[in-house]
Amino acid sequence: MSREDVLTAADTASSEPIQLVAPDGTRRRHAEFDAMLADVNDDVVADLYVDMVAVRRIDTEATHLQRQGELALWPPLLGQEAAQVGSARALREDDFVFTSYRENGVAYCRGVDLEDMLTVWRGNASSGWDPYGINMATPQIIIGAQTLHATGYAMGVKLDGGDQAAVAYFGDGAITQGDVNEALGFAASYQAPVVFFCQNNHWAISEPVDLQSRVPIAQRAEGFGIPHLRIDGNDILAALAATRIALERARSGGGPTFIEAVTYRMGPHTTADDPTRYRDQAELDEWKEKDPLTRIEEYLHTRGMAVDGFREAAQHRADDVAEKLRRGITTMADPEWAAVFENVYAEDHSWLNRQREQYGRYQNLFGSDAGGEA
Amino acid sequence: MTTQTTGTSTLTLGKSINRGLHHALADDDKVLVMGEDVGKLGGVFRVTDGLQQEFGPERVLDSPLAESGIVGTAVGLAYRGFRPVVEIQFDGFVYPAFDQIVSQVAKLRYRTQGRVSMPLTIRIPFGGGIGSPEHHSESPEAYFAHTAGLRVVSPSNPQDAHVMIRQAIACDDPVVYFEPKRRYHEKGEVDEGVDLGALPLGAAQVVVAGSDVTLVTYGPLVKTALDVAAAAADEGVSVEVIDLRSLSPIDFAPVEASVRKTGRVVITHEAGQFAGLGAEIAASLTERCFYHLEQPPVRITGFDIPYPPSKLEQHHLPDLDRILDGVDRVMERTNSLSGGAAC
Repeated sequence: MSREDVLTAADTASSEPIQLVAPDGTRRRHAEFDAMLADVNDDVVADLYVDMVAVRRIDTEATHLQRQGELALWPPLLGQEAAQVGSARALREDDFVFTSYRENGVAYCRGVDLEDMLTVWRGNASSGWDPYGINMATPQIIIGAQTLHATGYAMGVKLDGGDQAAVAYFGDGAITQGDVNEALGFAASYQAPVVFFCQNNHWAISEPVDLQSRVPIAQRAEGFGIPHLRIDGNDILAALAATRIALERARSGGGPTFIEAVTYRMGPHTTADDPTRYRDQAELDEWKEKDPLTRIEEYLHTRGMAVDGFREAAQHRADDVAEKLRRGITTMADPEWAAVFENVYAEDHSWLNRQREQYGRYQNLFGSDAGGEA
Repeated sequence: MTTQTTGTSTLTLGKSINRGLHHALADDDKVLVMGEDVGKLGGVFRVTDGLQQEFGPERVLDSPLAESGIVGTAVGLAYRGFRPVVEIQFDGFVYPAFDQIVSQVAKLRYRTQGRVSMPLTIRIPFGGGIGSPEHHSESPEAYFAHTAGLRVVSPSNPQDAHVMIRQAIACDDPVVYFEPKRRYHEKGEVDEGVDLGALPLGAAQVVVAGSDVTLVTYGPLVKTALDVAAAAADEGVSVEVIDLRSLSPIDFAPVEASVRKTGRVVITHEAGQFAGLGAEIAASLTERCFYHLEQPPVRITGFDIPYPPSKLEQHHLPDLDRILDGVDRVMERTNSLSGGAAC
């Protein structure tokens, strides 16, 4: 990257987030971003809207399931639909995604079986889906740890000559973590084809983003020599275009890109959280005005599309999603005890064999052989 | 890029690992060697000497100085299908990578119900006796042995070091491979053509047969234990030395068999005593062969202190005489605690 590029990128970071669709639905022009959206006609925008509605419904439904005791916990993404769907819809099937635990909108776009989203939160297993089935690692709970995995994966792509990209999703709370900074350093040094997609949702549980950073987060990338973009994360077209720019750079040997999507976590950190203890209703109200879904409704309306039509399509998809989630949870079998000991090691382990054997004998006291041979 | 596959040669322990890495790189193009200074320099102990020259900078990568970054990117490389062998330059430098090792490397197979393998090998030169400043002489093996999902091994001689590094790299589980750095220059016969399946990675080995006392150790103290056995023999005490080789899991069968025979056991390691490997071994032996024990198990270990400055390390490290003193204790001969042990 030339010095001029760095300076240009820095200007971008210090300016207002790039926005293509304003909260009132007004379409704003941005030459570089618009160039990435030549194929995105009104029907495509309507499809993206339907995705966002479905993702929001997943969130609502899962929150209900938690309240009804079917799930132990759920981390809502309410408000972050545009950032997640817009970026995820830019990806190719063979790109590989490493996320935190809040990226259920990304998982939806990757084609996850919906009930597999709930496995972790019901406590049935530590992950739901096969990472190689949808090219998406299972949710990472250690904050920022996955950014190194994405970087290493991207190093591997470069080493074996692939043209895929890796994408790391993380939040504003992660940017102070050593791992994130190490990932940025490694990615820059090896020019790895990785996209760092930071959803700045303003809150890390109760800690506001200004406790993490005194400068716009995107600006952090500058010191690593990584090109960066700061976008309105509630604008799905900006998220789509920015991610496409980053992916194109990655595939053409241009190395990593850092995207800061400025968005807002409208719900609690998780269903166990109470945000009224640390933030004002006024702030929430302000962000409700910037809702990622309503602005697309407005935009499509100005384009002359029949609002009722795509709303109905969205409702239909959302109902379908909700029904699948509910059916999934009611048919999900509890794990057998023997699963406690499975998949700790690939190869035989004498110590664990002994523990399993002894616990099996203990289980047998109760006449239970449900865990399998012991 | 041909490698010698048969015949025996005299190699140092460090060179025997180098040869093992060479075989692994030659045999499987998914094997990568990564770490600080492992490329041009060949590592600060020269264990990776010549590998980058032969296999290129895309197979043998110099990493930025960030241990969590090294292990964390190796996790991503493993996701992509690579088999990374990472070097942590010194024992005391591993802690920045502790989270990635314990929370990611160790748990990913379990987390993903067996769908994701982490066939990493994490090489760590460990232990004292080389007169280094702080952070260069530690024995952190218990942290890793305590972590489910990891295998932890430590070779004691060139032949084992060679075979075990190749077995570790071939293993689909993550292996923390502790290299006894003060033994890097010890020489021994190494047969590079040996059948890798003959002695499993997890197997303990009786290295000296004896009938009076079982002396259990691993890594750098195996050589010391051999000296102990020779010295004890001069005093008419027959010591059986067991080289554990694997610290997770521990192959208890030969240890148990030995203790059932001798009824007396001394365990020695450089690491501190409290909640160390010796504690697990003593407890397990007590559970498994209590009625065969003639005396309580004795542990001769490093003290529970931060690693001392090099002018003091001779007091910290178990040596021939301290271990012999332990042998005297289980043999109920006059020893340092005769006349009443401290409580």
